[in-house]
Amino acid sequence: MTVATSSRGSIDGSTFVVGFLTFCVLLFAILGVANAADWAFRVHAWMFLIAAFAGMAFLLGWHESGAAFPRFDPTYYEEGVVKAGIIATMFWGIAGFLVGLVIALQLTWPNLFYFPDFGWTNFGRMRPLHTSAVIFAFGGNALICTSFYVVQRTCRTRLAGGMWPWFVFWGYQLFIVIAGTGYLMGVTQSKEYAEPEWYADIWLAIVWVTYLGVFVATLLKRREPHIYVANWFYLAFIVTIAMLHIINNLSLPANLFGSKSFSLASGVQSALIQWWYGHNAVGFFLTAGFLAMMYYFIPKRADRPVWSYRLSIVHFWSLIFIYIWAGPHHLHYTALPQWAQTLGMTFSIMLWMPSWGGMINGLMTLSGAWDKLRTDPVLRMLVVSVAFYGMATFEGPVMSVREVNALSHYTDWGIGHVHSGALGWVGFVTFGAMYCLTQWVWKREKLYSTALVEWHFWIASLGVVLYITSMWVSGIMEGLMWRAYNQFGFLEYSFIETVSAKHVEYIVRAAGGGLYLTGALIMIYNLVRTARGDVPVEDRRRSSQPPTLQPAE
Amino acid sequence: MSAARESWLMRQQKKFEKNTLLLLIGILVVVAIGGIIEIVPLFYLKNTIEKVDGMRPYTPLELAGQQIYVSEGCHVCHSQMIRPLRDEVERYGHYSLAAESMYDHPFLWGSKRTGPDLARVGGKYSDEWQLQHLIDPRSVVPQSIMPPYAFLAGRPLDLSTLQDEMRALKAEGVPYTDAMIASAPADAAAQADPDSEFETMQAVYDGIAGRKGSVQIRNFDGQPGPPSEMDALIAYLQMLGTLVDFSTYQADDLKNQR
Repeated sequence: MTVATSSRGSIDGSTFVVGFLTFCVLLFAILGVANAADWAFRVHAWMFLIAAFAGMAFLLGWHESGAAFPRFDPTYYEEGVVKAGIIATMFWGIAGFLVGLVIALQLTWPNLFYFPDFGWTNFGRMRPLHTSAVIFAFGGNALICTSFYVVQRTCRTRLAGGMWPWFVFWGYQLFIVIAGTGYLMGVTQSKEYAEPEWYADIWLAIVWVTYLGVFVATLLKRREPHIYVANWFYLAFIVTIAMLHIINNLSLPANLFGSKSFSLASGVQSALIQWWYGHNAVGFFLTAGFLAMMYYFIPKRADRPVWSYRLSIVHFWSLIFIYIWAGPHHLHYTALPQWAQTLGMTFSIMLWMPSWGGMINGLMTLSGAWDKLRTDPVLRMLVVSVAFYGMATFEGPVMSVREVNALSHYTDWGIGHVHSGALGWVGFVTFGAMYCLTQWVWKREKLYSTALVEWHFWIASLGVVLYITSMWVSGIMEGLMWRAYNQFGFLEYSFIETVSAKHVEYIVRAAGGGLYLTGALIMIYNLVRTARGDVPVEDRRRSSQPPTLQPAE
Repeated sequence: MSAARESWLMRQQKKFEKNTLLLLIGILVVVAIGGIIEIVPLFYLKNTIEKVDGMRPYTPLELAGQQIYVSEGCHVCHSQMIRPLRDEVERYGHYSLAAESMYDHPFLWGSKRTGPDLARVGGKYSDEWQLQHLIDPRSVVPQSIMPPYAFLAGRPLDLSTLQDEMRALKAEGVPYTDAMIASAPADAAAQADPDSEFETMQAVYDGIAGRKGSVQIRNFDGQPGPPSEMDALIAYLQMLGTLVDFSTYQADDLKNQR
């Protein structure tokens, strides 16, 4: 086959611009290293410097390596960046689950991993490391890599932008490393799920707008008249996260070469902006994006069309409209004016309907294929994730009611709630998608071992159940103990009694997290064997059996 | 029945799902509405933040302490927001007012009480208790699950970034004056040293608070020499919740009902 090969020396436009941008980062990083006002900023400037240098070296080497095949060939799908995304997703997943397990153990046995002379591993620094690792590193990589895969297939065209998707991938990994090392060094803005400081935020904004550009440009050159429903959700997720991220992180650095900044808004206003962001990090990052996965991978795996096109339209527009209002339910009974709290609660309850509309659309897609749940544990994982989605999106509106929130707020119930969404919904739908994708992009007929998927499914399910039930018990218990009065009209319990009362539940929670991590490790083994193309276990067993006579049916 | 209306809606939907940019703009408009309606009024409705007596910006030492509080992630386990519920008011004190966090960029209300609320912890425990508790929490509260912060005790407080930080806060509306910023490092050292010339600094901050005694001058960590990070953190904790003068605050006044 003869194809037009781009000759050495003629540089691809996107590669040139990415290279130039990397060079600019290099210059800024050198300035940062030279002028750093504090040591944490200097460490981060070095990280930017090394990353930019490595990026430029790679681009140069790649360019000089010659073109054995046409680069960014529009007749092929871009699958390299999807493969890299799968690896990154699983790597950060393990890291995030592991840190989660460590901090769960710290809360149970507070002398573990605590060093009086160093603050690095203290809970206050490790907790954002855990949340960012699982939400942004594990979840974010899963979203980027599946969106890149899905948008190409459903638009029947190669990913737009040449080198830019790779810039998005590596730029995002750099952001993760900067954010995570920052927490350990005590660099934080304190805003939950928006902890990274101003320079990491600016970098993420650049990467994210590029991501939006790549996605939109791919949609624009699609060879299908309609934009598929999964892509509506991906697009809503990408553009809304851009809006939320930029507005919530508006801040003034104390020093242009220092790691400390102060948010423009203060007190009550900053609280509402933060929870407008915070709840929609859930709504758009952890929901809309993962619903996009549901809308692609469940129909594909079940080999059935989406149950209702009309429901998906209603579900989409109502979900994105209503979600954005729900933030104030994080601030019930606080100094936030009551009208805002009431608005937040009202819309949170309304949110139940579009959420369940999506759940029903996902579940009913199995119409005519329910039997596959028995034989295909990957499909079962995807479907159970939707069931957990339904459960968490019912629990959420309940907890957003002011009177329920009076009990549940500040307690472990909130932790249990986010984990039924995070472990059950986000985790399982990602696992399902990663099993599918590994098989598809490495072009394997089947997974290395279906039995191992079964093991993963049951171990992880047990882990989730232990986690959320223990947190229900401890959360409701401490909430009730805080407000308990004795017969003389005095508060019954001191605060520390409510802490020590949760010890057993904390052990159960850590066990649940340990099981979940174990399941993910089994998954990695299975994925690696699949990607390597090892003969599937089930085939090997079958071929080693002597042929037997089959009864006629 | 409503077939005609549905098909009109479907036709609108077709326009969006066949046109990338229209879909993009449609999404942006739909997701912008809720945030605008909820957030923007907070910046112009005058009764969002109550008028109270006694609030003042943090002294340089308290501000440094607040930065350590943030940096160590204390807000991850400790809220600073007492809700107007009977048990909380009895356990922690008067419910928190919006005015009390007006100088926090950003707010530190927290979302989880793995440990108790700290909105009014100021003055509840002695400096010695705070010091011992931060060095080794389980030496004073055996069942505590809090991490140890002994490393703060030995670490001298970095005074060199204070002025930059106060300048940024001033630009964002915190009423620091140029004179307060100029004397910040000296003021921070003075607050942790009762033998120093602290009177001027105390008068300046008390002046903004409108009452005497809002600035506590003590050697918080009990160690001689320049202030440590422990001094700053304890100074911040001992100030928390002590600024507003509740003797003049009328909770039932209509203008304080929000």
